[in-house]
Amino acid sequence: MASAGATAEPTRQKPDRADQAAGRGGAWFPGWYWPSFSLPGIVWLLVLFLLPFYTVLSVAFGTVDPLFRTPLPVYQPWYWSFESFSTTSQKFYAGDSIYQQPLIRTFVFVLCASVICLVIGYAVAYYAARYAGKYRVLILVLLVSPFWISYLMRIYAWQSLLQPDGYINDIWSIVSEPVNWLAGRPVTVVLGLVYGYIPFMILPLFGSLDRIDQSMLEAGRDLGASPAQTFRRVTLPLSKPAILAGIVIVSLPMFGDYYTNDLLGSQRTSMLGNLINNSVFQSGQGPEAGSLTIVLMVIVVVPMLYYLRETRRAAEGR
Amino acid sequence: MSDAVLDRVSDRTQRTTVRGYLDNPWRKPRMLQAVTIAYLAWSLLPVLIAIVFSFNAGRSRSAWQGFSLRWWNGDPFDSLFRDEALRAAMFHTFRLSIPTAIIAVGLGTAFAIGIDRWHGRPARGANFLMLLSFVLPEMILGVSLFLLFTYLLKGVMSLGTLAQWLGLITFQMSYAVVIVRARLLSIGPEYEEAAMDLGAKPGQSLRRVLLPLLSPAILASVAVVFADSVDDFVIVRYLSGGADTEPLSVKIYSAARASPTPAVNAAATVMLISTMTVILIGYLLYRRSSKGQNHDVTSFTQL
Repeated sequence: MASAGATAEPTRQKPDRADQAAGRGGAWFPGWYWPSFSLPGIVWLLVLFLLPFYTVLSVAFGTVDPLFRTPLPVYQPWYWSFESFSTTSQKFYAGDSIYQQPLIRTFVFVLCASVICLVIGYAVAYYAARYAGKYRVLILVLLVSPFWISYLMRIYAWQSLLQPDGYINDIWSIVSEPVNWLAGRPVTVVLGLVYGYIPFMILPLFGSLDRIDQSMLEAGRDLGASPAQTFRRVTLPLSKPAILAGIVIVSLPMFGDYYTNDLLGSQRTSMLGNLINNSVFQSGQGPEAGSLTIVLMVIVVVPMLYYLRETRRAAEGR
Repeated sequence: MSDAVLDRVSDRTQRTTVRGYLDNPWRKPRMLQAVTIAYLAWSLLPVLIAIVFSFNAGRSRSAWQGFSLRWWNGDPFDSLFRDEALRAAMFHTFRLSIPTAIIAVGLGTAFAIGIDRWHGRPARGANFLMLLSFVLPEMILGVSLFLLFTYLLKGVMSLGTLAQWLGLITFQMSYAVVIVRARLLSIGPEYEEAAMDLGAKPGQSLRRVLLPLLSPAILASVAVVFADSVDDFVIVRYLSGGADTEPLSVKIYSAARASPTPAVNAAATVMLISTMTVILIGYLLYRRSSKGQNHDVTSFTQL
């Protein structure tokens, strides 16, 4: 038996080294084995995720047929003309700058809505994580359920309530004159955005507040800090990554949102997303839609990369 | 004793009670409780009211005019089950979401397994690309795919059901990857290594050890992707080839901007019931297949 063990020893050594080359100990796979699992997904993303962006650039930096007003994309980057792109971008700052208002409005709306999401979301997540007690599971289910209700239905439900003869006006008219809430009021659209995206804020906050060790708070209290101080100097710093993540998670889709304003607002409250959505299907507006999409991508790329870096850092820290 | 001293004493007792209340670590968090209850009511009541209004007897979706099934089945032309267009849209919803759930989860699971064991620069690049598709606003992908299919792939492909499938799968694949990878991280390589030490071939260890261990995550992804595809209307709307390839979600969007009847509420209710059912089944299966492990609702919702 001893000799069998001795002969087995060197044969075990060899595959181990090969595996280390393949990046993993303990098994004997050729280098292509695991990559081949990911290959279909990678090819899929290259064709249907990267290629579309290249098409956006080709359309935005292409021209328009002078007669039929159809976009003529240019697929060779060395022939790209930036004429339509600069025409579009000038609408943001030069001449009558018709796109300037929607752009500023987008930033203001997203900022206001994110802050409101954070304030309400933090209170709710804090309560659910700390004090929910025996109702914990019920509250969690109720907090998560908006995820499985179509965004469209949730906004449609509000559209019905906010009709001139709807229930909101029934309540409002007790204190004041009835109001047409859907006539392009910033308040309605911002609250609609808050309503739509706040669940995305609550979940990461809940996860982070739930993980905070209770003994940390007790230590803070034992050392003489008041509840407010414990909150400011222990809870808040510990939940800071989740706050930033939550703000990014809610603001990214808000920048690309056009449907909330379509259902709850009007021309007077249109956002960047509305400009894109309105130009996509219009003839002769192809390069414009492409250019606006590039503008939107430039706006969201910084928060997106920040978020990806943070999640990678969190995964590596695990 | 002068009045000033008395004042100070009463002032102090006053302060002690307020401070005492604020400092008491066992005091009931009344404010937070009120905010949470108000929030839950605000977030769910409108949807409940919308469901109730699908049973409205009148045309209005905002003023109650009595109970009836008129908008579900009663009205011979405009009710959900008898309006040709709405019925076709209902079928189209499922025609889109069922294959999407199967293919997106298949591709996503394979991708996640591969990327979990494959290290190096190309792997990091592929992972980055996948995560990018996870966080990118849906509208950007929708518009980009619309331009891809109408210009670059003009003669090859047209807008319609196939384009919608491709778009939905592209957008949903990353959900499956994220869910399955989280599970892979928590399993670790030990079980597979044990199986191989016991003589299992790579294919066997994959089929008989890894996939069963991954099954809760796979089931959860199927449920999530299905529910998300039923609700999706951004990508699906850009890639629809016309009225006959519009699912319920797009019909609701168009109707909400024109003059909706309670039949729209009924359509939205059907979507709600189907996503909730699938999520519930997914959760029950998840709980059954991850028996013996930590399986409260939290772990499912954190996915």
